[in-house]
Formats: sequence, C-alpha cells, structure tokens
Amino acid sequence: MATSRTLAAAAVCAAVALGAVTGCSSSGGFGDSTARQDSGGNQSLTLLIATSGEAETAAVKAATAAWAGKTGNTVTVQIAGDINQQLGQAFAGGNPPDLFYVNSDQFANYAKGGSLYAYGDRIPDAADFSAQLRQAFSYDGKLTCLPKDSSTLGLAVNTAMWQQAGLTEADYPTTWQQLADDAGKLTRNGVTGLVTAPDYQRLGALMKEAGGWVTNPEQTAMTADSPANKQALEYVQTMLKAGSAKYVSEVDAGWGGEALGKGRAAMTIEGNWLKGAMAKDYPDVRYKVLPLPAGPAGQGTLAFSNCWGIAAKSRHQAAGVDLVKHLTSADQQLEFAKAFGVMPSRISALATYAEKYPESKAWVDGITHSQPPVTIPGFTKVLTQFNTDLQSLRTGDPATVLAALQRNGEQAIKNAE
Amino acid sequence: MPSESTVGAKRRRGLREGAWGWLFAGPMVLVLGLFLVLPIAMALWVSLLHWDGQSNPFSGHADFVGLDNYRRLFAEDGLDRTLFAVSMRNTLYYVLLTVPLQTVLALFLAVLVNQRMLRGRGVLRTVFYFPSITSSIAISTVFLFLFQGSGAVNRMLGWVGVKGPNWFADPRGVVWLVLGRFGVDQPAPTAGGPLGLSWSEWFAGPSVAMCTLILMAVWTTSGTFMLIFLAALQDIPRELEEAAALDGVNRRQLLCNVTLPALRPVLFLVLTLGLISTWQVFDQVYVMGKGAPGNTTLTPAYLSYSAGFDNADYGQGAAIAFVLLGLILLLTTLQRWVLRERGGRPRRGPRSLKGARRAAR
Repeated sequence: MATSRTLAAAAVCAAVALGAVTGCSSSGGFGDSTARQDSGGNQSLTLLIATSGEAETAAVKAATAAWAGKTGNTVTVQIAGDINQQLGQAFAGGNPPDLFYVNSDQFANYAKGGSLYAYGDRIPDAADFSAQLRQAFSYDGKLTCLPKDSSTLGLAVNTAMWQQAGLTEADYPTTWQQLADDAGKLTRNGVTGLVTAPDYQRLGALMKEAGGWVTNPEQTAMTADSPANKQALEYVQTMLKAGSAKYVSEVDAGWGGEALGKGRAAMTIEGNWLKGAMAKDYPDVRYKVLPLPAGPAGQGTLAFSNCWGIAAKSRHQAAGVDLVKHLTSADQQLEFAKAFGVMPSRISALATYAEKYPESKAWVDGITHSQPPVTIPGFTKVLTQFNTDLQSLRTGDPATVLAALQRNGEQAIKNAE
Repeated sequence: MPSESTVGAKRRRGLREGAWGWLFAGPMVLVLGLFLVLPIAMALWVSLLHWDGQSNPFSGHADFVGLDNYRRLFAEDGLDRTLFAVSMRNTLYYVLLTVPLQTVLALFLAVLVNQRMLRGRGVLRTVFYFPSITSSIAISTVFLFLFQGSGAVNRMLGWVGVKGPNWFADPRGVVWLVLGRFGVDQPAPTAGGPLGLSWSEWFAGPSVAMCTLILMAVWTTSGTFMLIFLAALQDIPRELEEAAALDGVNRRQLLCNVTLPALRPVLFLVLTLGLISTWQVFDQVYVMGKGAPGNTTLTPAYLSYSAGFDNADYGQGAAIAFVLLGLILLLTTLQRWVLRERGGRPRRGPRSLKGARRAAR
C-alpha cells in the first residue's frame, strides 16, 4: 500500500513538474506568436556565421561594425562550430540569433518550419541577384532570403603536368571525349588525370551537362532515373574503371584542392573556394581554371550559395533587413571577394569581379548555365544517401544508384507535402 | 497483543522517518527528476510527433502521429528503414567484437599488473590507463592520420611486405573482402533479410573502417576496465589463493576456479558498461567520417542525431533513441540472466568468498 501511495505521489510530482516546465516554455521561449518588433536606433543584433577561416570572420566583423557605426546599432558576430546543430537548437529553444547563414540544404527545412522571415519583397533591387539562386532561396514562390555569395564549379588543371604530358593549350578539353582522352594522357607516375570528390555536388555537373538533374526545375518531381543522368554516371564510371579518374579518398586527399595541391591530380572539379585554399596551402602549384567541358546537352555546372537568413522570431527584423542590404551591396560583396575569395551574388558586381580577377573567369561565366541546389524539405538524407552510393560507383550499377535516388526522393517529396 | 496507542505511535514514527527520508533524498530526487526523468518523458512524447524542431512540441499545434516514427523504422520500406537497418548491423558487429575483446584485454592487463613479482607495476598501470583519459575526439583524429592510405600503419605494413588497405575508403565488409580473395563475390542485393536489408548485407561483417573503430574502442576503454578489475582483484583475499595453492592448483586452474568466480559481480559491471557504451557509440563516428565509407560506420546514435539536426525530423531521431534504449535494457536483462548464480548453493563465488574472509578473520 505504501508503495502505491509513493508511486501516486511521484506521478503527481512528475505531472506538476512537466506542467511547470512546458508551461513556462510556452509562455517564454517556445512562444509561437510573432515577436514584438523593436524600432529606432541602438538595437542589439546577433549574427551567427559558419566561417571558412580567419579572413572571413574578420571581413564579416568589419562589415557589420561599419553598419553598426553608421546606424547606431550594435552587432555581435558569433562563430558557429556546427551551424546546423546550433541553429536547430536555437529554433527549438525559441531564441534564435537575428541573422545567420543558411545552408542551401537546410533552407527548405527552416522555411517550412516557419523560422525564416521572408524579406524578399523588401529588397527593391532583388532582380540584380542571379535568377538561379533567387529560385533556390524561394519558398512557396516567395523570395525568402538573399544569397550571400555565389559559387560555381570549374575544371582546375595543373599547368606544369599539362606540359609534361606533351599537351598544349589547344588541348584544353571542351567535350567529354577530350576530357577522357586528356585524363588518360595525364595519368602516369602516381598522378591521376582527374580526381574529384564522390559527391553529387561535383558529379551532378555532368548530369546537368548530359541534360539531366535530380529533380525537375520546379522541384516538384524527381527526374533522377532519366537516361541523361544514367549517361553521365556511366561516363564517370568508364573513367573510374580505366583509372584515369579517381575519388579523393583513393589518393589520400580530403577534397579536390588537396589532391591538386599535393600533385596527385592533374585535373580536379572544384569551385572558386579553390583559389583561396591554393594560395594559402599550396602557393607554388601553378594551375588554371577552365570551364567544365560540354556534355551531350551542352555546357553545365552547379551553383552554390548560402543565404542571409533573418529569424521570424527576431525582434529586429527591420534593422536586420537593413543590415542584409548593407552586407549584400555590390561594394560590400566585392570587399568580401577581396578578403576571402567568394564570388558576388549580384550580377552587376559579378562583372566587376570578372574584370578584377580574370583568372576566375571560368567560374563567373558558369553562372549563366548553372544548376541551383536542391531545396526540398527533408531532402538532406536523400542526397547524403546518393553521395554514399556514388562512392562505390566504380563497381556499382549507375541505373541502380539512380533508381534508389528516384525512389528515396519521391518518398521525401511525398512526405514534404 | 499491542495496545492501540503503541500501534499509533509506531505508525507516527514511521511516517516521521519517511518524511525525513524524503527530505534528505529530496534534492537528488528533484535533480534526477528534472534533468533525467522529465527529459526522457518529453523525448518520449516527441517520438510520437512529427516535429521539425521549430515550434513548441507541447502546445496544441503539435502534429501527433502516434507510432508512425517507429513504423517508418520497422515496417515501411524506404530510406529510413534501410539506414536504420544498416546502422543496426554495423553496431551489432561493433558490439560483438568490442565488448569481448575489451573485457578480455582488460582482465589480462589487470592480472598482469596485479602480480606482486612484477617490477614497475605503477608505471605499467599508468601506461595502460593512459588512453582512457585522452579525449576520444583527439584519438579519433590521430587514428584518421595513422590509417590513411599512405599513413603510418600502411608504411609499417609495407616494411613486412604487406600492402595495407585504404582503411577509410573501402565500403565492403570484411567477410566479402576475405571471400573475394577466394573468388566469391558479394551477390547483388536482393530483398529477403529482416528490416528490408538483404542477407548478404547482414552477413557482410564490419568494414575495414569499422574494424579500426573497434580497435580504437578496445584500446581506449580497456584501461578503465583494467582499473575496475584491478580493484576487484586486490579485494580477493590472499588466503584464498594460498589455500588454493595448498590444494596444488596450477595458474590456469587458479584463474578459472578461484579468481574468475570471485570477479563475477565485477565482470557483470564491466560487461554492462561495455554493452551500453558500445551501443551508444557516437563521437568517433562523428569525427571519422559520419558514416563513410558507404554507411558502414553509421550507428543508431549518429543516425538519431542526423535525423534531428540534418533532416529536421526530431520525432524520428527520438524514436531511434528509444529503440536503442529498449534494446540496451533488453540486452542487459539478458546478460543478467546469463551471468546469474546457478544451482541452489554456489560452491564458489562471492558469497563463499565472504564466508572465507570471515573465517580468515
């Protein structure tokens, strides 16, 4: 009898405590109502960024400090170790930072959950941003956040190895056939012709060049098992089997830039972040960036970006939008380009960028025929699994890999609705 | 027959004692309740929701889906179930290899450094214990470098003419790697096995990358367990060993018939701790490739994390965590049953040990 009384008491205690904790949270942090807005000067904003290094941190701090000085507000820049996890916790706790970087693979999750303040209609010159990226960062047809910068993929070749293999500038590949031939000639003495990461974020460019892609342009249906995608993967598989192409882990590199820098790859497919990394880690390696060779359906590459998210729960949305305008202005984007090598996301600034940095021309030119990232809620695991399957493409069957992607993606799209 | 008043007094005293007991236990009950029981209850609730982590799961807006998260793990053919099955397979091999190896190694080391004749016992104890106090993140990073394709391990293997594998790049299981040598290739995956994973996948064994994780776990944890065994070994009265020596046992018989039975409770502790920590393995996986190569180092704990923070599906993540909890409870119960005292009157074991100790006094 005593035990049953104790149990009852414990149950009551637990119920009271549960009520107290959840009750507190719903009135405080968890509240679903829209946040009260602050106005006027002297607001204090927090900005959470996932930085690529010292240079980026310093540049963002300088840019926000300039804005703070001009407007009388203060901005605290926080550096995230694992931004997905930190943002996830902040949203769940109901106290997110005012501004933050949003990864394209998380964008749809946050937008669907109602955590992002869609401020696209408050940017008068939004049309200056590249159409592909605007589409990627729109949810329910509304531009939700502005792309922070832009990146595309190019083909980086080691010029010294190029000459040693008896190749000239006339041999720079413009078709898949030439790429395969060149890779074969460059593969010798421990050097592999083409080394790339086993990711759809690299090999997807070939799918685009073959006329395929993971989803249709509206991102409403899967098109993974199309013949074009199969053709692209079979092409890669042929090169992998011939040994003229390898994945980075097979040559002990973490990514394409490392393989190129360490002299294990004659060619690699990487984006414009390559420039900063090569200058920092492998300043003596000479290389040139070419447009990716055209496939059966013409030229193609992938576009990447993060966007400047403003929290729906932020009390400083107006000030946040003003800060984003400052950070995405053409001048500021060129400043960031100088500081840590990112490409502007404004088309007007891109032209200036291409003039200033002619070596990056191939990446800039890629924008016009680039494929923006997939932004469907809950799609991260589908693409992660695709990447996992691509790791064993050499021995696998492209059709099976694509069929799995098709099936997993269809399920995710169905769950997202 | 006691009078009414004595019964009342006794009862009052009992109540008063109970109240004092609760008062003294109160702070701990509160802390445990607030930080352990309550969060578990909340997580259990979340596992019944479709929750994206961006609203209050305890308000009326919560999207209650019942056991749907669990159904997706067990009954619905799809990516969720496949990943869950693969993670279960990986961890099963991890547990099956790590727990016995680390227990045997720890026991061996403990017996070794417990010898009174051994010189430099203190130094050896420190050396063996050292990996346990180093951060697992740091060790994982070092292991990544050691096991690179051209890393230190492969160089050393090269000296003896062995061409080491590319440890963290090959997604094949060791079973198929070995069979491949004899010309037997892994058959193409077919439906058939439990949880929608084909039998050839279930029996693939751990990948080479997983084997290095196992190696690392054995190396880092055996020190801690050695310490536990050592404490228990030093608790075995010398008289018992002397008595056994008088009976003319050899070393092996001493170990099997005297030492091990005396260690049974500690063995249970070590096995339980090992079982729990191996099923929950997370940090090594997080550092060493997040499931790569080919999902062969994916574990339920990491999958739970990734479901929540990468895919904004916290309900699914919580469901995986609860399946893991249930599994660990089940296995611990099973292990308790296996290691129970057998027979009506144990001839040896801790109870007779106590008797021996009393007799010695």
